[in-house]
Amino acid sequence: MLTLFLIFYPVVAATLILMIRGERVKQAALVAALVEFGFVAFAFAGFRPDASSQFGFDYAWIGSLGIRFSAGIDGISILLVLLTGLLVPLIVLSTFKHSYKQSSLFYALMLYMQAALMGVFTARDGFLFYFFFEAALIPIYFLAAMWGGSNRVAVTFKFFVYTIFGSLFMLLALVYLYYQTPATDLSAHSAAIADFYKLNLTPAAQNWLFWAFFIAFAIKMPVFPFHTWQPDTYVESPTPATMLLAGIMLKMGVYGLIRFILPIVPLGVETWGRTAVVLAVIGIVYGSIIAIRQRDMKRLIAYSSFSHVGLMAAGVFSLTETGMQGALIQMLAHGINVVGMFFVADIIFSRTNTNQLDQLGGITKSTPRLTVFFMIMLLGSVALPLTNGFIGEFLLLHGVFTYNHYLGLAAGFTIIFGAVYMLRMFQKSMFGMPSARTESFADLSSTESLVFIPLVVLIFWIGIYPQTFLKVTEPSVVSIMKYIGTTAVSLK
Amino acid sequence: MLPIVLLSVLGIVLLFLGFLKSRAVLLPATLLFLAVTLAVNFLDWNKTYLFFNDMLRTNNLSMVFTAIMLGSAFMVVALSGSFMDTDEAQPAEYYALMLFSLVGAIMMVGFENLIMLFVGVEILSVAMYVLTGSDKRNLRSNEAALKYFLMGAFATGIMLFGIALLYGATGSFTIAGIGAYAANQQGLSLLLYVGLLMLLIGLLFKVSAAPFHFWTPDVYDGAPTIFTAFMSTVVKTAGFAALFRLLSVSFEGVYGFWWTILAIIAALTLVVGNITAVYQNSFKRMMAYSSISHAGYLLIGLASLGAQTKQAIVFYSLAYSVATISAFGVLLLVARQRSTQTITGEGVITENFDSFNGLARKNPLLGFTMAVSMLSLAGIPLTAGFWGKFYIFSTAVERGQIWLLVVAVLMSAVGIYYYFRVIIAMYFRDGATETIQVAPFYQYVLLGATIITIGLGIAPGLLQGLF
Repeated sequence: MLTLFLIFYPVVAATLILMIRGERVKQAALVAALVEFGFVAFAFAGFRPDASSQFGFDYAWIGSLGIRFSAGIDGISILLVLLTGLLVPLIVLSTFKHSYKQSSLFYALMLYMQAALMGVFTARDGFLFYFFFEAALIPIYFLAAMWGGSNRVAVTFKFFVYTIFGSLFMLLALVYLYYQTPATDLSAHSAAIADFYKLNLTPAAQNWLFWAFFIAFAIKMPVFPFHTWQPDTYVESPTPATMLLAGIMLKMGVYGLIRFILPIVPLGVETWGRTAVVLAVIGIVYGSIIAIRQRDMKRLIAYSSFSHVGLMAAGVFSLTETGMQGALIQMLAHGINVVGMFFVADIIFSRTNTNQLDQLGGITKSTPRLTVFFMIMLLGSVALPLTNGFIGEFLLLHGVFTYNHYLGLAAGFTIIFGAVYMLRMFQKSMFGMPSARTESFADLSSTESLVFIPLVVLIFWIGIYPQTFLKVTEPSVVSIMKYIGTTAVSLK
Repeated sequence: MLPIVLLSVLGIVLLFLGFLKSRAVLLPATLLFLAVTLAVNFLDWNKTYLFFNDMLRTNNLSMVFTAIMLGSAFMVVALSGSFMDTDEAQPAEYYALMLFSLVGAIMMVGFENLIMLFVGVEILSVAMYVLTGSDKRNLRSNEAALKYFLMGAFATGIMLFGIALLYGATGSFTIAGIGAYAANQQGLSLLLYVGLLMLLIGLLFKVSAAPFHFWTPDVYDGAPTIFTAFMSTVVKTAGFAALFRLLSVSFEGVYGFWWTILAIIAALTLVVGNITAVYQNSFKRMMAYSSISHAGYLLIGLASLGAQTKQAIVFYSLAYSVATISAFGVLLLVARQRSTQTITGEGVITENFDSFNGLARKNPLLGFTMAVSMLSLAGIPLTAGFWGKFYIFSTAVERGQIWLLVVAVLMSAVGIYYYFRVIIAMYFRDGATETIQVAPFYQYVLLGATIITIGLGIAPGLLQGLF
């Protein structure tokens, strides 16, 4: 039942917020998001670390077709539910300095988005998953297109059509799977994801199903060469929308890989997995190299995000337990880091009116707090030991390396390149002589610091004691691995 | 049966009401008549009757289709107030013709005999020819009517020829008799196949499937908007109900013969409808091509005839009708508001995408209604249109028509492009932002349509007990 609250409470809260006018909207939205986080924390604390699905509910939705309104939290879902519950209040808090026109609509859309994301990460029915997967797109589209930059309409439209196009193929795959499930006169077919796992699909079917799913998720993440919508959308969207996109929404793709592709079409993965890993590794290197050349902070972070998510995809397709565990922990870590990074970019932009690196510089002089927080976010992103990025990237690289030494080596460049572009960004923006724009740069206000503090705590928590998070995911990962039939490289 | 009698009588009553001095009574009267007919329609629920020497049958399915058409007509009439106020308008005649055309439509969903189908098609069509040309001073309206009439008469001729050939092949006009012959026939029966093909052509013309769609954009564009809404919902629903009845009862035995033809026509319709819609500047013309493309989706359901088809077609027709009518409802308001005065002093109604610019700022309700109906037509989740597409795709997957599905998916993505042009114009572009005055009743109808669309989008199981 708790899952039902997690999905429906934000919808109710958002609808109430729509009716509020004036300044109190921000506070109301923050309170609403914090209450949701309370539910999430309660779920995380009460979660038994085994492979079962917990806190679930199950109602008939389209009864005669056997399509059910059914959701629950298992080890794969829990970290993403946690991530969603955690980031949304921080994202709301990060907007306190801004005043958006039609602000009640703005915050309501964010909470609608949160509800849809919760639905995606907990759905146990294939069609329910699809329903939320698409439903998440509508609020984020309006967020980006109504409050974004000057070129927002064209850019967000490309994003919308691109992602819908991809997921239509997933819809076909789901309908096909649905008709493969056994049906008798008494019971209809089933769309339960657990029933999809039990199917014995022919290799030919698995091959096309692999691509139908992969294209949908690859566009969402995005994996090379489906990434062309991403940098522009991240740059043009208002920063809170970018945070939602990069912090949470792209995880829908990685989650889909683990939830759908690996267990349902293992033979398809055997045939095409290598292609997918190669694409992902190309994306890692390509994204890093482009990031090095960027002059705009937001665009740089966008490409770095593209590069990082490629590593997650490669880790999942390495078919090792370490790779998959790494992907899960890295989803959490990346969500935290990228939100922090975009917030830094947003703070700099709000004070200097630019994100161009060559117009910045010398900010450290007057801003000890920002410098420290920025540095910690950055170290997390470049995977320094004792930070969250290290745990994730180490496990992922270990997985990819076990899968194929050469690909592992190529993917390893991500750490070196990552350090190059991140440190370059830090150096160009923070060090050096102050420019005209940065001369009177004010340090963080207390609200702004308040956003960073939880992020910093988590960066070190995951970096120093990842066991809290790894142990809840492990049983579910092991149970997914069973469908793949590879010898799992156990993680001890 | 009862709805047919009622509508015929009430139509004549309406004509007499036209003699009254006050026109104000006509619209409520028509709405009342339609509501009564809708209620009466359900009296025979769960019973099957044969009427008129076994030429007409009512069952649950025919009642559901009838209800969809009556409901659509109800909404169209409810939105027709502004159009009827002009001096030249003759509302009594218009409403009576709408009721009469519904009689034909109801005959098309319940026919048991091909003659009845033919009579139904004719009753529906003749009324529509007149309504298309009802804007007498408007050249385009006249052109549309003439075009529609000539092409329509030609198509009906082909259809009648087909019926004659089928009679020659099977010795029967009843769909059951033809069905028995088709199920048992061996070898190639040229008369049967040619007859079926000609009959199909006649009906496919009515539902504007490619390559028989050329009349659609001009007629939809030229006809007064309110009748375009009527045409694109009631006529289409009736046409597909008739096609479904014909193919499932009479010609299931020769499925192997016609499914490839319908599948090719479906694919062609989808491609033509969607690709051409992208290039339109007029919203109304875009809706015409969109209606062609929706015929394509419905044809996929027919081409993969199976256990799910019935449900798919009913749900799709309903979702499509509701969304289309509310879209046209908003267009009517916007077009009237944004019409520009020319030098000669005559109002020129603009129905381009530009006229929606900035609409949502001052008119959140209109913007929301339009956005929901566009999302529904594009098949985005949370709206009824998504489940319509879902059911259609399901039928095709069940029959294993993968290539047809791939075409449909690609074309759905194209569809998003032109439907979103409206949403973008309303929400993200700057334009004249005056508030549009909407009568309360008009508002309720639009709101009702939006609620139906979202309600069915969230709980598509609601319709399940119905058939």
